[in-house]
Amino acid sequence: MRTSDSLRKTYGETLVELGEKNTDIVMLEADLGNSTMSSLFGNVYPERYFQMGIAEQNMASVAAGLSLTGKIPFINSFAVFASGRAYDQIRSSITIANLNVKICGSSAGLSDFGDGKTHQSIDDIALMQVLPHMTVLSPCDAVETEQMVKAMVETKGPMYIRINRNDLPVVTDPNSEYHIGKMTRVVEGSDVVVFATGIMVQQSMQAAKLLLEEGISVRVVNVSTIKPLDTEALLGFCEGVKAVVTAEEHSIIGGLGSTVAGALSKTRLPLDLIGVDDRYGTSAENYTILLKHYGLESEDVASRIRAILTV
Amino acid sequence: MEYSEELVRELKRKAIQVRANILEMIPPGKVGHLGGSTSIADVMAALYFHTMRINKNNPKDPGRDRLIMSKGHAVLVQYACLAELGYFDRSELGKVKTFAGILQGHPDMDKTPGIEAVTGSLGQGLSVSLGVALGLRLDKSDSRVYAILGDGELAEGQIWEAAMAAAVYKASNLTAVIDWNGVQATSTTAEIFPIANLVEKWRAFGWNVIEIDGHDMIQVLLALDAAKAYTQGPTAILAHTIKGKCFPFAEGKAKYHNAAMNEEEYTIAWQCIENMKREVEA
Repeated sequence: MRTSDSLRKTYGETLVELGEKNTDIVMLEADLGNSTMSSLFGNVYPERYFQMGIAEQNMASVAAGLSLTGKIPFINSFAVFASGRAYDQIRSSITIANLNVKICGSSAGLSDFGDGKTHQSIDDIALMQVLPHMTVLSPCDAVETEQMVKAMVETKGPMYIRINRNDLPVVTDPNSEYHIGKMTRVVEGSDVVVFATGIMVQQSMQAAKLLLEEGISVRVVNVSTIKPLDTEALLGFCEGVKAVVTAEEHSIIGGLGSTVAGALSKTRLPLDLIGVDDRYGTSAENYTILLKHYGLESEDVASRIRAILTV
Repeated sequence: MEYSEELVRELKRKAIQVRANILEMIPPGKVGHLGGSTSIADVMAALYFHTMRINKNNPKDPGRDRLIMSKGHAVLVQYACLAELGYFDRSELGKVKTFAGILQGHPDMDKTPGIEAVTGSLGQGLSVSLGVALGLRLDKSDSRVYAILGDGELAEGQIWEAAMAAAVYKASNLTAVIDWNGVQATSTTAEIFPIANLVEKWRAFGWNVIEIDGHDMIQVLLALDAAKAYTQGPTAILAHTIKGKCFPFAEGKAKYHNAAMNEEEYTIAWQCIENMKREVEA
């Protein structure tokens, strides 16, 4: 079904595909449908598409109500608004009751480069993963997005998916089996392991390539389910390495890195957290400038790995 | 619409029993939301014992009408109704807000049969109710949804987001009852946060508006039936009520928003119940 490397287009197209057979799927939108790509669903199933206006709090609680009648509501907005603007509605109406509501945080991380700090989400993973019952998903490419959306429909419970605004190269195998909660090794290596999520998976893979030429062997693991974190698999992937690195396009406070740090606290392995330091985003004319500014390029990952191995 | 004397008398009996059940839950020394539970007790009695289609043998019956307490702190009145209908054993009333009980401090659908949602963070229940109403409509169900709102709660902006959305979607299967008792947690709404032109506001937001005396059983029944008959959009019943209604020491006082009665007040409260029982049979 996937027609491009766009994660958000794939998200919309996959739901159109699933919506044909599963008439319980409903979509709610807060006037960003052409960005989140929820509009694709609305074009095909207008009776199951609820335009809620620019009112994210109401949208989240209405979704809770729809799920109480057995529907599978997907609510859509930019990640900052989907997670932050409606935070208490997600907490009180949705997660306390453990309702089957799916939240799409689109244009996540720094990927909405032009719009600046109000529209760039460096805190959505932290906000969502602290909520009991919530599952937090972070696909690294369009292939994984498609698999993930299918699994979201099949699996009950509140879930948050953060989706990059920009097209990303496909790095996962379309024929691989996907399960929510599973982390996947995408590069084999033995000196250091990088646990990466979202766009940082491909950045880490490139870093591994660079370092291989220098004789440093890097294992890269795609952690696309940030919560629940498969601690057993995490510890397994740490076996034999000299150091651990995490990489995410999110604040290093409360994101993948701090969760991994907690899980590895007894291993005594050297650990470095790559992510956005405790600061907000900023506008730029392209994505690359921002990734460079916040130290999230493959060269940055490579130099942090070199550094931790020389400690 | 006309209602038989016997029906009205029976619903008045139920309303007295609902208030008695509330007293049973909060004996002297136990803190509870007495004021906002008793102000809406007559409306709740009409809903649970007459207007709503419910199935106490199957709390999850898909064909049931739904009631969501957006003013979740007043859940004592809902527990009082549900216990009377046999949704759970009456012995639970004595265990409200305890670790061993199934009656939480605020509505919890996982703990208590008959509770439809999680509410308590004010301002969200109308939106949840709208979501249920839209879901029922997709299923072509004729079930109705009743949202019970506090007047102090109307300061929450989300209420008005939901009000606009319900009008956009012409949710005629949704009725909001506003418990307009004029007193909130710490003082009167007039002093804390006066909201002007409430009737006109709901009307301007696209709702069918009915203003009633929320303690006059016939007016309550008429309004609920009128809401059912209205097919053009959602209905708001603005019910003028008295906080702490039927218990003179508590009537109109913010102090009893969430408080414990002392022994003397508790005795007076039960005397009030006995007096009301005599009056209704007279």
